[in-house]
Amino acid sequence: MRPSTPSLINILVPVKRAIDYAVKIRIAKDGKGVDTTVKHSMNPFDEIAVEEAIRLREKDKGSVTSITAITIGPAKSVETLRTALAMGADAGIHIVCPEQPVGLANPEPINVARAIKAVIDRSAGDKSKAIDLVIMGKQAIDDDSGSTGGMLAGLLGWGQGQFASKLQVEKEGKVTVTREIDGGLEIVEGKLPMVVTTDLRLNEPRYASLPNIMKAKKKKVESLKPEDLGLDFTPRMEVLSVSEPPKRVGGGKVESVDELVAKLKEAGVLS
Amino acid sequence: MSTLDGSASVDDLQPFNDDWMNKYHGKSQIVVKPKTTQEVSEILKYCNDQGLAVVPQGGNTGLVGGSNPVYDEIILNLGNMAAIRSFDEVSGILQCDAGAILENVDNYLAEKGFIFPLDLGAKGSCQIGGNVATNAGGLRLLRYGSLHGTVLGLEVVLPDGTIYDSMGGLRKDNTGFDLKQLFIGSEGTIGIITGVSILAPKRPTAMNVAVFSLSSYEDVQKVFNETKAGLGEILSAFEFFDKQAYELVKKHMKEGGEAERKVFETEGEFYVLVETGGSNNDHDEEKLQNLLEKLMENELIQDGVLAQDQTQFHSLWKLRELIPESAGKAGSVYKYDLSVPVPKMYSLVEKMRERLSEAGLWKEGGGGRIREVVGYGHIGDGNLHINICADKYDDEIEKVIEPYVYEIVAEERGSISAEHGLGVMKAPYIGYSKSPTSIELMKQVKKMFDPKGILNPYKYVVV
Repeated sequence: MRPSTPSLINILVPVKRAIDYAVKIRIAKDGKGVDTTVKHSMNPFDEIAVEEAIRLREKDKGSVTSITAITIGPAKSVETLRTALAMGADAGIHIVCPEQPVGLANPEPINVARAIKAVIDRSAGDKSKAIDLVIMGKQAIDDDSGSTGGMLAGLLGWGQGQFASKLQVEKEGKVTVTREIDGGLEIVEGKLPMVVTTDLRLNEPRYASLPNIMKAKKKKVESLKPEDLGLDFTPRMEVLSVSEPPKRVGGGKVESVDELVAKLKEAGVLS
Repeated sequence: MSTLDGSASVDDLQPFNDDWMNKYHGKSQIVVKPKTTQEVSEILKYCNDQGLAVVPQGGNTGLVGGSNPVYDEIILNLGNMAAIRSFDEVSGILQCDAGAILENVDNYLAEKGFIFPLDLGAKGSCQIGGNVATNAGGLRLLRYGSLHGTVLGLEVVLPDGTIYDSMGGLRKDNTGFDLKQLFIGSEGTIGIITGVSILAPKRPTAMNVAVFSLSSYEDVQKVFNETKAGLGEILSAFEFFDKQAYELVKKHMKEGGEAERKVFETEGEFYVLVETGGSNNDHDEEKLQNLLEKLMENELIQDGVLAQDQTQFHSLWKLRELIPESAGKAGSVYKYDLSVPVPKMYSLVEKMRERLSEAGLWKEGGGGRIREVVGYGHIGDGNLHINICADKYDDEIEKVIEPYVYEIVAEERGSISAEHGLGVMKAPYIGYSKSPTSIELMKQVKKMFDPKGILNPYKYVVV
């Protein structure tokens, strides 16, 4: 029998507003973060997560009841939610926290995981709204922590399939995740509810079409404060300094082997 | 390097003798790559004294055979003169050597928050000197104007070795003839540009790009009008391409192994790319959103996409920028670059298809010797590109296309070369766009600067 998705699952997709992947990163003047006055977009791995959720729905119409995007960040993060909605998510949740310089992860991954858990717990009572599957980026490209997915699965006590390069959700809630590992592929199986994190090759995200951008404006975005969910985003770590890697020094040409050997000795490579 | 003293083989010289489309083939045995203006001067003086013909060559990305020898002219390649001489962050005046590559210069300016006022598909290879010598137009002319306005001064070596230097160019200077203008677009026939002084505008900090699919050329024009009215000063590019061009690009990307990525739910007969550049993204986005809403409400566009990030920004631009390359993959390309009033633009492509079809060379859907006829270009500047992809270059095909294409342009009082120049390809046809009086005056200018006729002979205005 052809594998088909179980009927009526609810998907939650956490998305993060991050500095655009193509922007050259500069250290902020205070040396404790990076310059954030540059172009921001959705974290590319989260874009892949949104795309995958939409594809699950498209593959088997009626299998997915809802796709909700959630973001935790400053006021401008709502733009990132709008992008997710324009791609095809149904509704958005924005947990608003003040803008802070990007140094270490902020809010910290544990607090992000707690916030997502709080939202999942909130809807758990109502079977028609209870979240069955979280699809999220394996990491955000700004702080590269890569820990929120695992922490969330741990807090919820759910199964996890990390770094998915292929995702299948079958009848009876069986989830198959293919992961790219050194030297090959690893296939893991689990059961809903589950947390899946996305790797680069899972899919190629779609463009936001104009009709969908217009529709996205009318979709509902719920705005919450951390206190509304009993959360406290006070960081537990402090950034002491952020610095650039040492500048690469250009090479030189030598005329002969002898000169090369002499130079290598000078550099302490040969004795 | 030269085959005469044995320092180079014929193969070594081939990249200089041939153009990138492999349409023009010179037989030069000598390539010189001077490092300083002084060296250029000495070379030209020697050649002038000895009566040796010289072809100046930049990035060799031209489309009309202007930078390749016709016979065995000496090739003077500017590639070794690629330095940025100075940049003034207050005035935005940049001075650089002629051989500096456009993309490198633009990256240099980007670091400082400025932009080069010219952008074109060949930016990774073409050189500033060549851009100026051919008065290249490109993708952002709509916003920043032509090089005739942005170039402030030039350093040019004249055929007898004299160095004309106006690098200390001023924005306002009404003292006598503006001589530098003669060299802009002179295609290396009256002097070799060795240095350029140009005004770089501030780089927009907020940029957006959207691509629409449309059902008719009528709608392309309506969308152009709405866009100008709705976006005002932030509009920085308005490009169009037809369905045939889009299909070639899709095929080329697929063959290149790129993941297939659906762009439009509803594909169209025509596509339009709109770029905005401003200093405040909230302001720009609001304008853009209002425009898009209006275009959709009035059903002027069938579908469209708006780039959500920098990566999408570049991939949407690629749909337009890859057209020439994709056409090249589809066959040997006859390229025409025409200026005509916007309402008449696309009718030229249709007339050309009709003519080729009557000659039995082209069939709708493929199967003829002409594999495809595509139209695209800069609506904002009234500049149409027609690319005709043939199985190979030959006289039979050329006779069907030329001079017919120039005749239909002349009927609309258009220009047979909007931005590619005349080179060797269009030199014989200048009469379709210029009056006998103009041509006679041009000949006098050529004779005055280059009495011995050593610079880029057999091209441009043939004396």
